[in-house]
Amino acid sequence: METQPPPASQPANIETVSQLEKSVGRTLSDSRRPAAYVVLTGNPNSGKTTVFNALTGLRARVGNYAGVTVERKEGRFQGGPGDPPIRVLDLPGTYSLSPQSLDEQIARDVLFGRLPEVPSPAVVVIVVDASNLERNLYFTSQVVELGYPTIIALNMVDVAEVNGLSIDVAELSAALGVPVVPLVASTGRGIKDLQKQIVKLVSENSPRGVPPPFCDLPAVFKTEVRLLTPLLGSTSTARNASPQAEALLILCDEKFLAGSDGHYSAQVTQAVKVGRQRLEAAGVDWRSAAIESRYARINAIHQAVTTEAEGQREPFSDKLDRLVTHKFWGMLIFVGIMALMFFTIFTFAQLPMNLLQGFFRIAGDFMGRLIPPGDLQELVVKGIVQGVGAVVVFLPQICLLFLFIGLLEDTGYMARAAFLMDRLMSKVGLHGKSFIPMLSSFACAIPGIMATRTIETRKDRLVTILVAPLMSCSARLPVYTLLIAACIPGRLITQSLTMLSMYLLGIVVALGMAWIFKKTLLRGDTPMLVMELPPYKRPLLKIVLRHMWDRSRLFLRRAGTVILGINILLWFMASYPRHAVVEQQFAGARLALQRSFAPGHLTHEQQKNALEEIDTARAGERLRGSFAGQAGRILQPLIAPLGFDWKIGIGLVSSFAAREVFVSTMSIVYNVAEGADEDTHTKDLAQVLRQQKRPDGTPVYTTLTAVTLMVFYVLALQCVSTVAVVRRETNSWKWPLFQWVYMGALAWVFAFITYQGGRLLRFH
Amino acid sequence: MPSESQPLTSLELGAAATVSQINLRPEQRGRLLEMGLLVGTPVQLVRFAPLGDPVEIKVRGYHLTLRRQDAEQILVQISS
Repeated sequence: METQPPPASQPANIETVSQLEKSVGRTLSDSRRPAAYVVLTGNPNSGKTTVFNALTGLRARVGNYAGVTVERKEGRFQGGPGDPPIRVLDLPGTYSLSPQSLDEQIARDVLFGRLPEVPSPAVVVIVVDASNLERNLYFTSQVVELGYPTIIALNMVDVAEVNGLSIDVAELSAALGVPVVPLVASTGRGIKDLQKQIVKLVSENSPRGVPPPFCDLPAVFKTEVRLLTPLLGSTSTARNASPQAEALLILCDEKFLAGSDGHYSAQVTQAVKVGRQRLEAAGVDWRSAAIESRYARINAIHQAVTTEAEGQREPFSDKLDRLVTHKFWGMLIFVGIMALMFFTIFTFAQLPMNLLQGFFRIAGDFMGRLIPPGDLQELVVKGIVQGVGAVVVFLPQICLLFLFIGLLEDTGYMARAAFLMDRLMSKVGLHGKSFIPMLSSFACAIPGIMATRTIETRKDRLVTILVAPLMSCSARLPVYTLLIAACIPGRLITQSLTMLSMYLLGIVVALGMAWIFKKTLLRGDTPMLVMELPPYKRPLLKIVLRHMWDRSRLFLRRAGTVILGINILLWFMASYPRHAVVEQQFAGARLALQRSFAPGHLTHEQQKNALEEIDTARAGERLRGSFAGQAGRILQPLIAPLGFDWKIGIGLVSSFAAREVFVSTMSIVYNVAEGADEDTHTKDLAQVLRQQKRPDGTPVYTTLTAVTLMVFYVLALQCVSTVAVVRRETNSWKWPLFQWVYMGALAWVFAFITYQGGRLLRFH
Repeated sequence: MPSESQPLTSLELGAAATVSQINLRPEQRGRLLEMGLLVGTPVQLVRFAPLGDPVEIKVRGYHLTLRRQDAEQILVQISS
């Protein structure tokens, strides 16, 4: 936290400051004034983020609120006098102060001054969509009642004008009792006025006093509010929010008693319970009475302040929607956009991915030359550089996915995608919003899992997270490619069909598991879908790119910490213990070979190849004798029923770093030197795999083994990055561990059925 | 004279009506009311999604989607 406690609470500091003032002869106390917090709130799609960017420039800090995965965006206010420093906090979009989602709960808690990590707001700016004034006024009226110094940023007045609506700003301001600043945040129109107004309210620094109630409640309701208020004044920790407003809100909040978070004393909860009983007895529905009164007043204000032009044209957004949600064209456009997304990700990401791969190879070589051969060199080159490289290589795909997701969100198409797909997803008990995260997981589960943040219900979000990694991500592709090349005989068509079946298997199991989870572990009513379809907007590139970078950075940070740590551990397991006899043997062989190079007898190239042959053999020997090798042997009884030997076991263990590591591990296990390029390497390796024999002389890699192994890869969660991201997103180890176990069990069972079933059918 | 109440979903596409009754359980109704869909509010049925569900309506000047089974519990009267 950057705020400092008020000087009054630290008398010792004041002494030092005043001493300094005397000696230096200038005022220091001013620069120590705590930052004033301007809190930005409003409905989703009101353009809040655009206003935030206009107020702070692009130097916002993005983090999380303590203990939850709600994005916390904060930045320094631009255009103020700098004293006191003003910080702007962008709250998540909110429809009401009776929260339905974690996002809304955080917004409510900040506005009530309940979060210890966020200081009480000095000024609240409510961003209101002028083209959707009526509905926006609901939340606005709730926030105005809290009694903070408040400004209304009436955004998107241009859209309202195009739609034929004009709004009397002065009248609206008079009706709500707070200043209203008309804005077009996307072009910067009106931002100066908003800045001035904010600076003015911050410097006045005077509480507004208790605002008059916004709406005319039924008399019995008013009495209940009056009875409850003094209890809150004494027991509540709300620092500045009006106790009247709070009393009204908790009286009609459905979730107040059900999900009481221990914030209120037993006295308050009891009073609310009794109050509601009295209201029910008087025939007043405490759930809806306040909402109805609010909307009655809103209706009146709305009619008084807006004028609609005659003969309105149909808004462009509605016209577009007729096409985009059309039975035929709409579906075609949807499929087209998704296809374009994947085409872009798999083609455009390839070049930067190759560059990154090249970079890590060069970095490895460089470090290899810098550090003398030995354990340290191996740790740096093989453990750190290659380990991180294997994960960071996916960064271009992840960035592109986030770019697409950001574009879909910012244009308003995301809500349409959920609208189109809700029917399919609701069949397995999920929400239309689960579709895009699951689809993204075909490229990489990490952005998919991070995109689940838009799903309001916790259970639905968890189910989506749990099944998303069942989609075949791009790291599985090299594994499928190798195994198909090695063991699927025949023509391209059989091979393609095998590949396709693997993708289908993932989809079917994911949907099935989602259905099972919704029926058992995460049972709950399919929540009511109440989703706004916001008007289409032209996306602001700056915002979309910024968003992409913020999210990708989270992934990079993970790669730099947890993932790096686990990769070093995996490297250690694959390299140790060293067996002195083996090491000596190879060192001896190397030396003998080097001595045997008589001048002129062999070319330099041939000498190098001969040496490399020994090194490859040594690497294989080391791996087979390492902890990973031992793990493979320990795993053998477990995986033998699947037709896997211990060498495949080593591959399974090392795949945990990233699935495609299977390919490089197998080439070390079977002493296959790196080829000239990837294609020849895969071909060489496939050739070697085909030659492997079991002790009884039958080949290891039959078609059946390969299919079984692929089935295992489809279903098992062999990805430390995913585990780390799920840990982060669910904020506990419980869910990632559960996910790892259930997917592992699923993989084993399906692989077992495949292998044993195949043998029964005499299929090899 | 207002006509008899009918489910919101039985309106013709594009037809406007007024909400007369919301037969959803009280704990489900909350967010719908807060979004401005109250008894007495004018609504318009805009369209059904291509797969037949959910349904898109227009209320207080903006577009909202609900599942068909929930929308069926909202009764409306066509204003004469």
